[in-house]
Parts: sequence; structure tokens; C-alpha cells
Amino acid sequence: MSVASQSTPVLPETAGMEPDIELRKIGRMERLLGPEFYRIFRGVFTNPLSIIGTSLILFFVLVAIFAAQIIPPSSPTNPYMIPRDGFGTAPLPPGTAWLRQAPPLPFWWKPLTGTDKWFHILGTTSGQWDIFYGLVWGTRTAIFVGVLIVGLTLLIGIIIGAIASFYGGWVDEILMRFTEIFMAFPFIMAALTLSAILTPIMGKGIWPPTIALIVFGWMYYARLIRGDILSIRERDFVTAARVVGASDGRILVRHIIPNAIYPTLVLASMDIGTYVISFAALSFLGIGTEVGYADWGQLISFARNWIPVLSQYWWIVIYPAIVLILFVLGWNLVGDALRDIMDPKLRGQIRR
Amino acid sequence: MVSYFIRRLLIMPITLFGMTILIFLMLQLLGPEARSALYVRDIPKNAEVMRGIIIKYGLNDPIYIQYWHWLMGRNDPDTGKTIGGILRGDFGFSRSASRPVAELLALRFPATVELTLYAIIPIIIIGIWMGVTAAVHQNEWIDQVARVFSIVGYSFPVFVFGILVLMIFYAQLDLFPAGRISDWVMMTNYTQYTHLITIDALLNLRFDIFFDALRHLVLPVTTLAYTSWAAFLRITRSSMLETLRQEYVTTARAKGVPEKDVVNKHARPNALIPVVTYSGLTVAALLGGVVITETIFNFQGMGSAAAEAAARYDVVTVLAFTLVAGVIIIIANLVVDILYAFLDPRVRLG
Repeated sequence: MSVASQSTPVLPETAGMEPDIELRKIGRMERLLGPEFYRIFRGVFTNPLSIIGTSLILFFVLVAIFAAQIIPPSSPTNPYMIPRDGFGTAPLPPGTAWLRQAPPLPFWWKPLTGTDKWFHILGTTSGQWDIFYGLVWGTRTAIFVGVLIVGLTLLIGIIIGAIASFYGGWVDEILMRFTEIFMAFPFIMAALTLSAILTPIMGKGIWPPTIALIVFGWMYYARLIRGDILSIRERDFVTAARVVGASDGRILVRHIIPNAIYPTLVLASMDIGTYVISFAALSFLGIGTEVGYADWGQLISFARNWIPVLSQYWWIVIYPAIVLILFVLGWNLVGDALRDIMDPKLRGQIRR
Repeated sequence: MVSYFIRRLLIMPITLFGMTILIFLMLQLLGPEARSALYVRDIPKNAEVMRGIIIKYGLNDPIYIQYWHWLMGRNDPDTGKTIGGILRGDFGFSRSASRPVAELLALRFPATVELTLYAIIPIIIIGIWMGVTAAVHQNEWIDQVARVFSIVGYSFPVFVFGILVLMIFYAQLDLFPAGRISDWVMMTNYTQYTHLITIDALLNLRFDIFFDALRHLVLPVTTLAYTSWAAFLRITRSSMLETLRQEYVTTARAKGVPEKDVVNKHARPNALIPVVTYSGLTVAALLGGVVITETIFNFQGMGSAAAEAAARYDVVTVLAFTLVAGVIIIIANLVVDILYAFLDPRVRLG
């Protein structure tokens, strides 16, 4: 009664007062990123394993960006072809002088090594391809291929999964059967087959294996996003949007997908490493890039004929192996942390 | 449960049909010259002869007619016999191996079966044991070991692992040989019942052959198994962790059930249900893994045959192998789903 008898309005007065519940302080970072991204961001940068992972990824990104500064190409028109030091078969050990087709000296060479002569820092592989050059420029190939494959598989997966779950019924049934058909084949074998078909058509290069991996890779995302959309589709905010008269496309793109996409994104982030492995595996099997292309899988494949004497020529496999493993490890560590942050139920999500 | 089975069985022919369509469409990406391997052994040098073959075997026919012939076989105008037809088991000719694909398949199939079977056993037994133990002793040393294993398992590419293993145990220490079997066994006469060397050797009571085969299997089996094993371990662990948090487990503990029984009788059976589902995917992963593993170890199986054929763009062969692998996976998935229905009371009684 006393409130009603007051002459001044209620609202302005209470607005200036301290609220009963204490509000959590929101930092500038959190305001900038929004709650969801902030949580992810904080999780990634407080977990020691994922800090290692992020640093590894950052390292590789820097190597990819500054490849031309780290080791300038011998032939600027075609930097991805590894320069060959002659045509001998036996690999040269690390530290051997680089006699033919040596690249121009980078700025860091003289101060660091004290000479102005190139040598093979990590040795050469069978056929005299320089391993260091292949690894540095191969980083570009790996990141490009990994991001491209994941990006496109993600896009296809999201489109198919979203359509299937949003419309449900027979659309869902058909699309899911379609997905199952692609999943019925062993991933690497199917990708190998399709690359073997595409290579004669398109010529050797990064494209046949990339396309093959995309064609047989999207299903996992489609299934994941479908499940997540199914649970979100019935939420009130979707009904609200429908009541307001939003079109199907708008509801899907503006309301449902942004709310359902996170688990799929996490899976995808881990898959960059996995796809780079798959790509390298196809190269290793002799399908994919032309001989001498800077690509980690191919560098390792040069070791295939040297297995009985590998303990003598260890550098042809150890260095490429370390680089590939660190790259994949980086993505896996970050992905692992992301998984814990995003959704405890996602732990142990199916991967190839 | 009956309706579940009926639905499940009805889906299978649809999936199989879809698989043949997909394989056939990939085949259509080839030119008619390359497709001629479905019916004739060699590519004729003469363009005129090639044209004749394309017309004779209808390689430029409308697509549905070609599909039908690819499926059921067609009449050879020269001999009057039926040739081709994957349903008849005739996949055409492998030009890279210069023999019919079906023959190559029969030759290489047992090695892969042997390899995969030996790989599955440690995956399931050790994977489940370690996963369950890691979950029960969460954050203790065994859990940390399991975690390291699974991260390493994910991050080590199969071909790198295989080469390193060969480098250490074959090239350096000379403990294990490469290949599928030693040369002297190839010269030995013994009855081959199953073409799985270890089993045949035992049936013949030839333990020397058995141990030789086993020695050849150790490295490829390890290489093939460790990735799937890491995944298995991880899935078992997280599923077990989730089950141990369930209220009925707390109830069991509260009423005084010994911890051993809580784990073994109450939690584990339920925790393993998703693991069973995952084992279908493991079969798929293994059949993909053999391509790389067999190639590295020069293990003469289906996978290395597929890799060799692919490297020489012998698409008719690789497609046949992919189709066969796909059919195996479909069957494995069916078995897994039936098993799942029996294990999961929600399905069994639903």
C-alpha cells in the first residue's frame, strides 16, 4: 500500500538500486566474443595440453606463411616442386653440400650457419629431393588441403544433414539411406578408388585425392548435425520463428543451424589432422601429387623401397614422420580440449 | 523386436542396391576403353579393334542397359556364353595383375581375413579391458597410460607407424620378417583347407609353419590394430564413465553390492552396448587399414592388391575390391545390429 501511495513512479527508483543477486563480471574479451565463443576460448587457453596444441598449429601456420622466406624456391614459377640435387638414388645424409639446383640463400642462412654455401639441412631422400624444402613447402600443401577438405565436407554435411532433419519424414529417410551408402565403403579404400579414377581424367596433382576425400568424408558431419538439429527443431524459439512467419530457409539458416553447429565444428577441427593423414596416405600409396611435389606423404613414400636399409638411411623417414605427427598431434590436442569444453557427451565421438 | 528386425532386413537390400549404383556410376566416369576390361583381357593397340569391342559389348549403350549387363552379365556374341555380371561373381579382368579380378580376389582374400581376424581379437579384448579399467580408476596412472595411448594412436599415421616398426624390428633388430610367409613354406606341401595359413598349419600339425606364419603376422597385426584399438579404448572408457555416474549404480553401491560386482555385473554390461555398435565401424576401419598395412609389409592380401591396382589406374579391379569390402561391412553391420538388439533391453523388449 505504501508503494502505491508514493507519488513518484516505481521503476526509475529501483533502476538505480543495487540488485539483490550479484552479477558475474563480464570482461572485455567475453563481451567481444560472446558467451559461447568466450567459453571455448577460455577453455582452449587454460588447458596445458591444448596450449601445446595451439602452439603447434600456430607454428605450422607461420611456417606455411613464411615458406618463401625460410627457403626461397629454386624456380619461382613452380615453388611446390622440390629442387633436385642430381638424380642419384642413394639418399644423402643431413649436412651434405647442395651442388645442383640449390635455392637462393635466405636471409637467416649466413648469420646462423656462417657459410654462404647451401647444404641439405635434413639430407635428401631417394632421388635427391631435399627433405627440408619438401617439409617446409609441404606445410603449405598440408594446411591448404586440410582446411579445404574439412571446409567443403563440412558444407556438404551441414546442407544434407540440415535438410534431412529439418524436413524429416521421407526426405530424411532417403537422405539417410544415401548417407549410409557412402558410409558402407571403407573410407581409405573408397577414396583410393575415386582418386584412381579421377587422376587419369584430371592429371596428377592435389585435386584428385582432395575431391575423393571430400566425396567420401561428408557423411560423418551430416549424421552428427542431423542428430543435433533433431533435438533443436522442437524448441520453442523455432516455433516462435515459425509463428512469426519466417520462411523455412530463414528458420534453418538463422535459428537452427547456429544453435546446432558447435559439436560438428569441434569434430571438424580435429579432422583437419585426420584428413591430412588420409591425404598423405594416398600420396604414400602412389596416388595423388606428381613426383617431386612438396607433400609430406610423398616424401615418406620415397622411403618405401629402402625399408631393409632404413636403419642406415633413417633421415628419409624420421624427419617427415616427426613433422606429420606433430601436425596431427596439434589438431588432436586442441580438438580433445574443445571436446571437453563443448559437450561432455561428445566424448568418444566416432572418428575414422 | 520383430519390427526392428524386419525394418533392419528391409533396409539392407536398399543399401546394397545403392552401393552397386554408386560403384557403377564411378565406373561410368571412365571412358568406354577402360571399361572394356569388364569383358576383355587386354586393351587392343588398334583403335579399330577397340571400336569393335565397344560396339560388341555395348559399352556405349544407355546407362541402365549397361548397368543391367554389369549386374547380370551379357551374352558374348563370339562364343555364345554369358560373360561379366558381378552377381555371377565375374568382375572382369584385372589388367594390372593380368588375371580375372575374381581369381585375384580369391587368391588375396584369405590373407586379409587372417590379418583382420588376428587384429580384431586384441582390439576387443585389450581395448575393452583397458577402457573399463581406465574408467574405474579415472585419473589414476592406468587412465593416464590409456589416454597417452589413445592420443598417440590418433596422431600416428598408419603408414608412419608401419615404416617405423619395420625399421626397428625388421631392419635393425631382425626380430620379425616382412611378407606373409617365408619362402621355404611356399615350397612345402601341406593340405590347404582354409588358406588361412595359421589354421591350415595347425590342421596339418605343422607347428613350424604355424610359428613362421605367426611371426609374419605380429608386425602387420599390430600396425593394423593400434588405431582402432585406441578408438575402442576411448569409447569404452567414456561409455563406462557415463554408466558409472548413473543412479542405478549408486543404488547398487548404496545397498552394499561389492565394488567388483558393481563394475562387472551392473555397470559393464550396459556400458558395452555402445561399444558393440562401434565395432561395426571398426570392421570398416580395419578393411580400410589393410590397404596401407599390407602395402607396407608386402603382405599379399586384398588391400595390397587394391593399392597396386590403384597405383596403375586399374579401376575395374579397385572398384571390385571396394564393392566386396563394402558388402562385408554391410554384413558386419547387420550382425552388430542384431547383437545390439539382443543386448539392449530397450530394443529387445520394445
